[in-house]
Amino acid sequence: MTKFIDLTLNGISTGAIYAAVALALCLIWRATRIVNFAQGAMLMITTYIASAVINSTGSYVIGLVVALAAGLVLGAVIERVVIRPVENAPPLNAVIVALGLYTFLIAFAGMIWGATPRAFPAAFSIRGYEIGGTRVLFAPNDTFIVLVVVAVALGLAVLFRATPLGLQMRAAAFKPEVAQLLGVRVGRMFTLGWALAALTGAIAGILVAPSIFLAPNNFDPILISGFVAAVLGGLDSPPGAVLGGLILGLALSYVSGYEGSALAPLAALVILVLVLMVRPGGLFSATAERRV
Amino acid sequence: MIAVRQSTLLRSLAIVVAAALILLLLSGELSAYRQLQLAEGTYFFAVLAGLTMLIGLSGQVSLGHGAFLCVGAYTVSLLIADEGWALAPAIAAAVVVSCLIGLPVGAAASRLRGPYLAGATLAFAVGLPALGDKFPSLFDGENGLTINPPAVPSWLGANFSLEHWQAWIGCVGGLIVLFVLLNLYRSGLGRSFRAVRDDEIAAALCGLRVGRMQTLAFVISAGCAGLGGGIYAAVLNLATPSAFSLTLSLSLLTGAVVGGLGSLTGAVWGAALLVLLPNWSNDIAHSLSLSGNVSDNLPQAIYGVVLIVVMLAWPSGLQGGVRALVGSARARWGGNGGNEAKRIESPEGGGEK
Amino acid sequence: MLLTRSAPAMLEVEHVRTEYGAVKALDGVSLNVERGSVTAVLGANGAGKTTLLRTISGLVRPTAGNVVLDGEDITRRPVEEIVRRGLAHVPEGRGVIGELTVEENLRLGGLFRRRESASPDEIYELFPRLIERRSQPASRLSGGERQMLSIGRALVARPRVLLLDEPSLGLAPRLVAQIMAMVRNLADTLGLAILLVEQNARSALSVANRGVVLNLGRVVADQAPEELAADERLRHAYLGF
Repeated sequence: MTKFIDLTLNGISTGAIYAAVALALCLIWRATRIVNFAQGAMLMITTYIASAVINSTGSYVIGLVVALAAGLVLGAVIERVVIRPVENAPPLNAVIVALGLYTFLIAFAGMIWGATPRAFPAAFSIRGYEIGGTRVLFAPNDTFIVLVVVAVALGLAVLFRATPLGLQMRAAAFKPEVAQLLGVRVGRMFTLGWALAALTGAIAGILVAPSIFLAPNNFDPILISGFVAAVLGGLDSPPGAVLGGLILGLALSYVSGYEGSALAPLAALVILVLVLMVRPGGLFSATAERRV
Repeated sequence: MIAVRQSTLLRSLAIVVAAALILLLLSGELSAYRQLQLAEGTYFFAVLAGLTMLIGLSGQVSLGHGAFLCVGAYTVSLLIADEGWALAPAIAAAVVVSCLIGLPVGAAASRLRGPYLAGATLAFAVGLPALGDKFPSLFDGENGLTINPPAVPSWLGANFSLEHWQAWIGCVGGLIVLFVLLNLYRSGLGRSFRAVRDDEIAAALCGLRVGRMQTLAFVISAGCAGLGGGIYAAVLNLATPSAFSLTLSLSLLTGAVVGGLGSLTGAVWGAALLVLLPNWSNDIAHSLSLSGNVSDNLPQAIYGVVLIVVMLAWPSGLQGGVRALVGSARARWGGNGGNEAKRIESPEGGGEK
Repeated sequence: MLLTRSAPAMLEVEHVRTEYGAVKALDGVSLNVERGSVTAVLGANGAGKTTLLRTISGLVRPTAGNVVLDGEDITRRPVEEIVRRGLAHVPEGRGVIGELTVEENLRLGGLFRRRESASPDEIYELFPRLIERRSQPASRLSGGERQMLSIGRALVARPRVLLLDEPSLGLAPRLVAQIMAMVRNLADTLGLAILLVEQNARSALSVANRGVVLNLGRVVADQAPEELAADERLRHAYLGF
């Protein structure tokens, strides 16, 4: 029984990370109709930057802030320079550009920081809480993770639903030309979408780094899981992304706990395929499967 | 629908025979090192041709074709090492196995669109090699499988090198793929693929079974990749899980895109790129005395930049660029107002070598 | 076509040429729209009517010619700038953003001219049908309601010039009459300069001060509606009645 509770709590914590990555993917999809396969690589870079700052200043908070700022800048620059030209092209072009970006960023990180994994500090203690004499697999740091992700999700929800800026971003995402005719600076909204997504990704990276260690390719499974979570929820639905992250986190936790962790990527693949077979547009998708 | 006109068959045959002669002569002139590179190029060509057909002709995407290469390589290795099969039947079996695996994958893929298809094949690329670790007894885990190099037949004489023979094996495999795809491109089936690519609903309304067409395209491209995997095993004599990583699948995509999606000639360009680029970048790294970290990652960095730049500047790849040049030259000479040059032609996979 | 005028026209289009590749969608089109008047732009499909509106609002760049808004040259300015100067364009198909609510659509219209813009409530007064739907996604509206929404949204910014692209499309005749009456009303009471593109020539001419007929990107007639209606040859050739 304790094992089940442990796995559940662990699943909630990892699920929060997947939810954050899924949110980032969802943001970019809603803003520019592109799946950002480079999201994992982008958040890897910002995490490395945080690591460098933390090492040189000794302060976690400064590292965190710098990483967030780096995320904003990185996202904005990438959208403006690399993505803008393919926003109106066939979707395959954007997929390829994103993959090219992914390939380049991984190589770039390898060039600067090498392939040896590094440790990354956690913000809070990682020793599990003691409940009734037993130690559970859920620590103060995990509470921090869950709270941060919930705060980010709520913050984004408020931004989009209750502010004029959010309204503009949504309009630009749904009907760019109409939004233009209403005075919305559509290009800026796209850039902002990518910047916010990169910010969200940066947060996810810093939260997950302590447990997976920092190396160029270590964030790939996070991207896959984030993508599966986003698809589970339907790429168009931010609440779906959060829910999808939670479901996936729990599922993978149980699989790892009872069958071994090597099976986890395979489990993610199976879940993805099963969901897509039933709902080719994700669980919360508005349209059902296209039938002719 | 699968029937192919006799004229098409003859044309493809002529092209293949011409290519075979060129390769025959060429392979005799090369050094052993270059012969090995030629062999490498042929297995890349086999999988790239299938991939470019899948993307360009049938309009689907696969980020996981490295997995089919893996299947082909492992099949051949298992059959030769454990079961003592000869090379040719082993490679034939590899094609069959790849097609069989391609069937459910293709059927699943036919229900997905756009990013969902890309993501699912991506997950496939990451997930399949993990199987190698899961069944260590059969696949020997991280060590992979090794086979003995194919024996050079005695009738070629004692001086015929192994590398030369391997190059020939590869060329034969590549020519088979070329022949099949040349015919496919000009057949009714090929037209059906294009119809489905361009407008699924219209195609369905014309009576085409969209799902079946897409699955079939996937199966064919998986078969080509399986053949490539067989050549891989014959040439490199080793199959390990780590060789078929996500990185490989993305390199394959790069090769297909740079060559020009849908273009068989483009697949040749792409194969050349994949064979030559790692060496070039190593040379550059050495001549610039770059550090270990930088030189290790240089090929990947270049792939990434190439992918981005080609997509932004020449979406139709090298072959598209060549076609545009030829088109504009023709237009200028023909005095047609130069408007032809501005039209972007959809890649037709023109099979001229 | 030279008009003697005491005040310059609110919108002046001068010898505009717009090309899509080798195709000349507009080939030297000129027209004016006065304050408080309705100019109908008529012609068959492909005549260039929609391209004309898109050129004026900046969605498409002309290769030659000028567009002048209240004395200011707005040719080749970005769309967002043109719109902020008081030009509203209701596109073909209405451009209602289905995923947003009615209220959100209206608020979107007024984000940029905060000080001058109307509140959604004023629009509801004009279009009472929309009040009950204010919190519903706009995708649930009928064709007529969407037309009201898109016009209402355009009006929130209190524009000086209003471009309407085929507002009657897909609407029942009774609704068409209502919309046309409203268009006339907007010109008269709010002093808007309205450029009305229509295929339904008869109903458009019934509320217009001026009728411009386009064919293959060129102006073939620019006259008062009565004169257009009286010219049988013109009517048959270009207007379908």
